[in-house]
Amino acid sequence: MRWRAADLLRLGGFLAAGTLAAGCFTDRQNAGARLYAQHCAHCHGDEGQGLKRLIPPLAGADYVAENRNFLACLVRRGVNGPMVVNGITFNQVMPGHEDLTDSEITNLLNFVQSSWGNKGKPFTIREVSEKLQACAGSDGQ
Amino acid sequence: MINLLFTRARRAGILVGSGALLLLAACQSQPDTAADRLPYLGEREVVPRADGGPADTLYATIPRFTLTNQDSITITNDTFKNKVYVADFFFATCPSICPKMQSEMLRVYEKFKDDPRVLFLSHTIDPAHDSVAVLRDYAQRLGIQNASRWHFATAPHDTIFSLARAYYVPAEKDDKVAGGFAHSGAFTLVDSKRRVRGLYDGMNPDEVARLMEDLPVLLKEEAENASQAKL
Ligand code: HEC
Repeated sequence: MRWRAADLLRLGGFLAAGTLAAGCFTDRQNAGARLYAQHCAHCHGDEGQGLKRLIPPLAGADYVAENRNFLACLVRRGVNGPMVVNGITFNQVMPGHEDLTDSEITNLLNFVQSSWGNKGKPFTIREVSEKLQACAGSDGQ
Repeated sequence: MINLLFTRARRAGILVGSGALLLLAACQSQPDTAADRLPYLGEREVVPRADGGPADTLYATIPRFTLTNQDSITITNDTFKNKVYVADFFFATCPSICPKMQSEMLRVYEKFKDDPRVLFLSHTIDPAHDSVAVLRDYAQRLGIQNASRWHFATAPHDTIFSLARAYYVPAEKDDKVAGGFAHSGAFTLVDSKRRVRGLYDGMNPDEVARLMEDLPVLLKEEAENASQAKL
């Protein structure tokens, strides 16, 4: 996986804080970034920029900001059919991710929520597991 | 297998890149006057000439094909006559490597879109799903308004898969992988005589950069051949 300037800056900030707690959070951010690179970046782009009118962006996406309750199930089950993101209608297939644990989905979503200018409230694992029950998608881990 | 192919292609690239051209030229029967030449990939055959002159070397070529593009127009090898082109294999609902591949292909397209000597050809390996209408929608969503420069093409399943082999792109139906098809993200560079001149991993931006460096080298060779033919 490749480090981008923004990641390094962010990491640098956390390291500078130097406390144990910050170290712990850095690790999770790190895990989220790694999971993103592994499972999402080849479609949504290294910077969450999306791809033209084929793949919607995650960076600055109104959809992410407005559908907090649905994000965990979207990652678990995938999504298709027309959807509007930042005023553009997308209509392609996103596959589900059955192989991720609830805690991995949490790390992933928190990475998306806090990257590329996104400022969503972080999820706890418990919250993600709860949301995943809506699509019978919680593995309790 | 995929790795092997790329390793070989990369080595060939390094050969040219590092100016070890003597070595390469030595294996070719015709003396090479120009400094920079891309290698020929694939089988070659040395054919003795009837008049006892120096033998001709015949290189593997892309076989004859007939495909239908996103504008419902039939395309053949002649569509690419006097052009060089970059080919790849994808499908619209591909859950894995295709979006990344096609975004890398888009980079190459954008760099060469003002040069009509360079064309692009993306084949669907899922013709059952990717109808002409699906291909047109996909192309337009990628920002390609018509097929004048970048063809998104379909054909019967068997035609596509045997063509994939000719382009050195391993592709097969495999229900075990996500999306139902195992295939490589290779880009294949083909010259105006249907010979393969380069193979690049479309998932790797460095390899795609190498393609963008190789294209002008090939165009220069094509221009030299064209002016020689006129003499
Ligand atoms: C195969 C490509 C692909 C992969 C891999 C993928 N997505 Fe998607 N994603 C899409 C497409 C296509 C859509 C739009 C679906 C539609 O048109 O209905 C989408 C939609 C979304 C949306 C809602 C729209 C938006 O942009 O805000 C989110 C959030 C999202 N994906 C997050 C993720 C996350 C997180 C991952 C990694 C676990 C991921 N995606 C992996 C292709 C993909």
